[in-house]
Amino acid sequence: MEFVELIKTPKVDGVVLHRPLCPRIEGTLCVTGHHLILSSRQKNAEELWLLHSGVDSIEKKFVGSMGYLTVKCKDFRVIRLDIPGMEECLNIASSIEVLSSLGKENRTVDTITLTYPFFFRPMFDVIEDGWQAFPPETEFGRLSGEDWRISYVNKDYKVCPSYPSAVVVPKSIDDNTLTKSGAFRQGGRFPVLSYFHAANDTSILRSSQPLTGPNGRRCKADEQLLNATLRPGKRGYIIDTRSPNVAANAKARGGGVEPEVHYPQWRRIHKPIERWNALQDSLVRLVEACQDPNSSMDKWLSKLEASNWLTHVKDILTTACLAAQCIDREGASVLVHGSEGIDTTLQVTSLTQIILNPDCRTVRGFEALVEREWLQAGHPFADRCAKSAHSTSKQKFEAPVFLLFIDCVFQVYQQFPCSFEFNEQFLVLLFEHSYASQFGTFLCNNEWDRKKVKLQTKTVSLWSYVNSPEMLRTYLNPLYEPNNGVVWPSVAPQSLQLWSGLFLRWETNNSAEDAAWQEVIHIRHHNKELKSKATKLRRQLEELQREARDANILEE
Amino acid sequence: MEYIRTPKVENVRLQDRFNTRKPAIGTLYLTATHLIFVDPNSKRETWVLHMHIDSVEKLPLTTVGSPLLIRCKTFQTVTFVIAKERECHDIFESLIMLSKPASITELYAFQYNPQATLLDHEDGWNYFSLEAEFSRQGLPNNRWVQSPINKDYQICDTYPRTLFVPAGATTPILLGSSKFRSRGRLPVLSYYHKDNHATICRCSQPLSGFSARCLEDEQMLQAIMRANPNCNFMYVVDTRPKINAMANKAAGKGYESTDFYSNIRFQFLGIENIHIMRNSLNKLIEVCDLKNPSVGDFLSGLENSSWLKHIKAIIDTSLFIAKAVVDDHASVLVHCSDGWDRTAQTCSLAGVFLDPYFRTLQGFQALIEKEWLDFGHKFTDRLGLTAVEEKEVSPVFTQFVECVWQLTQQFPCAFQFNESFLLTLHDHAYSCQFGTFLGNCQREREELSLSSKTYSLWGFMRKNMSDYVNPLYRREHPVTKGILFPNTAPQNFKFWRGMYNRYESGVHPRESVTDTVSAMKDHSASLEDHVRLLEKRIAGVKKLLGKDTVLSPDQQAKGDINPDAAVNTPVPTEDGPSEDNGANAASDASSESGIEDVQSPVNGDSASTEENEEKNDTLNSTNDLVEEAEASEGQEVPETNVEVENSPSAGAGDSMDVSLNRLSLEMDSVALEWKTFRNIRQCSCETPLDAFNKKYHCWRCGDIFCTRCIDKQTPIPGHYSQRPVPVCRTCYKHLKLESTLS
Repeated sequence: MEFVELIKTPKVDGVVLHRPLCPRIEGTLCVTGHHLILSSRQKNAEELWLLHSGVDSIEKKFVGSMGYLTVKCKDFRVIRLDIPGMEECLNIASSIEVLSSLGKENRTVDTITLTYPFFFRPMFDVIEDGWQAFPPETEFGRLSGEDWRISYVNKDYKVCPSYPSAVVVPKSIDDNTLTKSGAFRQGGRFPVLSYFHAANDTSILRSSQPLTGPNGRRCKADEQLLNATLRPGKRGYIIDTRSPNVAANAKARGGGVEPEVHYPQWRRIHKPIERWNALQDSLVRLVEACQDPNSSMDKWLSKLEASNWLTHVKDILTTACLAAQCIDREGASVLVHGSEGIDTTLQVTSLTQIILNPDCRTVRGFEALVEREWLQAGHPFADRCAKSAHSTSKQKFEAPVFLLFIDCVFQVYQQFPCSFEFNEQFLVLLFEHSYASQFGTFLCNNEWDRKKVKLQTKTVSLWSYVNSPEMLRTYLNPLYEPNNGVVWPSVAPQSLQLWSGLFLRWETNNSAEDAAWQEVIHIRHHNKELKSKATKLRRQLEELQREARDANILEE
Repeated sequence: MEYIRTPKVENVRLQDRFNTRKPAIGTLYLTATHLIFVDPNSKRETWVLHMHIDSVEKLPLTTVGSPLLIRCKTFQTVTFVIAKERECHDIFESLIMLSKPASITELYAFQYNPQATLLDHEDGWNYFSLEAEFSRQGLPNNRWVQSPINKDYQICDTYPRTLFVPAGATTPILLGSSKFRSRGRLPVLSYYHKDNHATICRCSQPLSGFSARCLEDEQMLQAIMRANPNCNFMYVVDTRPKINAMANKAAGKGYESTDFYSNIRFQFLGIENIHIMRNSLNKLIEVCDLKNPSVGDFLSGLENSSWLKHIKAIIDTSLFIAKAVVDDHASVLVHCSDGWDRTAQTCSLAGVFLDPYFRTLQGFQALIEKEWLDFGHKFTDRLGLTAVEEKEVSPVFTQFVECVWQLTQQFPCAFQFNESFLLTLHDHAYSCQFGTFLGNCQREREELSLSSKTYSLWGFMRKNMSDYVNPLYRREHPVTKGILFPNTAPQNFKFWRGMYNRYESGVHPRESVTDTVSAMKDHSASLEDHVRLLEKRIAGVKKLLGKDTVLSPDQQAKGDINPDAAVNTPVPTEDGPSEDNGANAASDASSESGIEDVQSPVNGDSASTEENEEKNDTLNSTNDLVEEAEASEGQEVPETNVEVENSPSAGAGDSMDVSLNRLSLEMDSVALEWKTFRNIRQCSCETPLDAFNKKYHCWRCGDIFCTRCIDKQTPIPGHYSQRPVPVCRTCYKHLKLESTLS
């Protein structure tokens, strides 16, 4: 397929661009294979470079021969293009429509390789290849004690297509048992180690639901595997992210829960977290509410409430706090699963680590966490992030699962503004790139898919870009003081805030807030500078003092 | 006191809303001014000022005793469970009497008597005056003059003695207009916008009824309009909803008819009355009191309370006024019914939008003094200080304080004061510890002789200025230095948990950006001072050693410092956006000059002193603020709240008469690292330090202390300036010992 076929009108002059919070620009609009570009062709003038894959939906309106395109982006930005000429406008709209869903609608190997990450060549020097930054072997060493091992039972992705080739399991369990347990879990997702809490030898495991079915099937290997994760005489908790009802219904369809008779060492807790359509719906409502600046206070508050977004945030945080409590306070290991173990499960396990593990609050640690708990753990980014809040075509796999996780991290961050090495912009960046990116990191649904299209060799990793020194600088929090403790967030509604830096980014002018941030950076910088200067001068003076003493110039 | 029947009750439980399993058990003391609960185990003390008590309620008897629920006007709610019913009843009866005195002279302010070292009687009473404020605005001039017409409160007893009116308004006009306005509150000047001569004037509603008119009042408005050469019309803003104004017509009051008043643009703006506001706050408090609410409960409760809707209405109205002044160059006359509630809120807020001075510590106080105290906001009634009619009570001032807080959220660098300042102001309005907010108008305040019988809050605040400074404030910030127009889309309004859920320790951020940044700035100030001394010393010792300044160590120092700084810091100054360059340049220049100092100690001296002063200015260091404020009053620098050593006039590094010991001592007396606030749970005196206590650094050892343990200020040897700085008691002893030894 050639892009040329899809672009009937590659260029239109005299197009006017309206963007939120910016003056309008008039210029030439170009449609390329991957970008929508508008340039006023003047020196130093701002240009628009919009990735087609960043477009969520497009609306056309015509008045006379003028066409008005409203382009709604996945990062919630809404721009308008006034295009002279009905035909040109129609052509451009249809080009964007087709090009923006490239590699999305028909997820086959050949369409995904047409997407931009496969064409993008970095303008920066890759100092450290992000694809190689977090190999499971070193990450494993960072995490776990001597009772665990890396198993390659899934090296051909046969046991579990959504797992990576390397997983961490109890040392005493052989690969055969893992295969059996995999057969007993939905999608083959047998329990694996997610996090090891070295302070008290407890661990977080994750899996999918057991396939007990209506007849109460059991699997000895699965029981053996789970029990092997517990210390002698210790009990563990199973946190099921579904309500008891949903879990019971799942049983009728072949899924189910671990019955206590067969897992006597485990106590089950149900902590329902919403999934799928409800989340997508919640995001759509929230963004719609945020984008209506003229609504009354009553209307805004009731829409905010009706969106349920903050309720979802609270639910996830509460469950993560519960898991963290089991680990840190009770010294008990935890198994987390919902049904498939690729959505709510990952929200809980990754957020729990944010709470417990100081390393996850650093830039690299957080990247490693996303890599481990989301990318390698098989969260289907391609499915979940295909469309965002403005999507008109409802597809059934979309859900802002990762965005909710990022929002939860933001909530913890704003309660502990000095405990995170990264800043809010870093979180916004991850949100943006999970939906549309020039990098390959968030493409595909799991490691197997990624291997098939050779992502590692054919695209650039987001981490290569973020970790380059000059980029990294912009994502650092000037107030960061490493905090080795556990950070317990408050989940009271008074403590949870709408993330204005993300949801109102295009609605309100943030220059005053940015200025405050610059001021903080400056104050921190100044303080550091003075400290090192004073240290230096003291050293110099001490030296002179010695000299003076030797020369007997100054009295004692 | 006669009301106290049981001064002390043992074995009282303090109930916690969230932690019901382990209530604190301790002793309850009833003093003349406070109810104090002391938990001997945690050393935690809970103080409730009688004047802050809004309601006391005896709850149904439980197995452990009689619970007493106390709600405060500061949004603190405590429940004590007292074992014996009779003791509970005694406390209950006493509190009822103590919290609502029958007469104003029984209020706390008339008994409050701080130590003389802490506060003088005069402090604060003479800081502000209407004349001084208008003279700051550039008045009187040929358009606006001071009128003596109310000098004995003869035409309006709720206005100040001094009024500023248009030069074109003759005495008959003033008198006539006054008679045509509710309670004689004729249109007078509130704010004069120097840039375009447009003004904000305030008054009460006209007594127009259905058809009455008053020529003098119409002429008065014409005079106001003509005093502004840049616009041929004026706005009349009625801050009430139209329906309320219509209803007033039936009572012979109402609003200006455009048929009678020419060239006016009349506008209703829909802020609700005091009764609706009172109910709204009560609903808000209910929401805040919910036990473990869901997000849905909370948000729908917030919506049903309409509190934020009212806040938005006040800000919207104030913005309308400010925009009329700036965008249309038009003068605006603002009124509501009596012109002392909504009018006070909107005129003062419009002032905050228009004039950066009102965003400073001093200016904001001047604003409250002008719009609220001088123009007769009925504080005694609205705050419910004495046993008045309930329907007079309304959170009008609370709303104003919140509106300002909402602005500080949108413009973090634009205000010199911080949240703590707003909370302190709010609390002391209710505390009656100071006379400032007593009385309903100036005349009443004079009759009560407040300035001689009570202390002023402004004096008290000035002594504790450093607690109120916003560390991010930048006077000349390009984004926020001029006129400030907030975004009033509803999404930008936040629930103020720091106010309404202040005592719910669980809901607040666990780390405070303000505290951290403030400490960082103080520390930098200390280090700057120290660096200056070190540079002097280095130069001095070198001279003694016969080393010329061009020798290599200097160049090493110079070569080392800059690149090192660049490596150490995450954000290079060059990359910062343009608005920040000014500040960076200043700091760069200062480090440059510091180095030059080393090279030429004599010449560099005077230059660097200037430099230093300039820097201190931007640093908002405590003393400078006080000095600056004082200087404008032409008074002496006051002693700060604690013992202060006299500082020598010359810098410490000027003489080179030092011993080796002295050099070591100087180096040891300044902490290079200050402790972080993280994991600080108690002071060395074992007082628990939590979100409610302000924590202070000792400038000598860098440790963190509670306010009681850091009561000393003294110069430390390692500082060039020798200004008094806070030190802990141990360090204070050290310093005393050292100075006697040397």
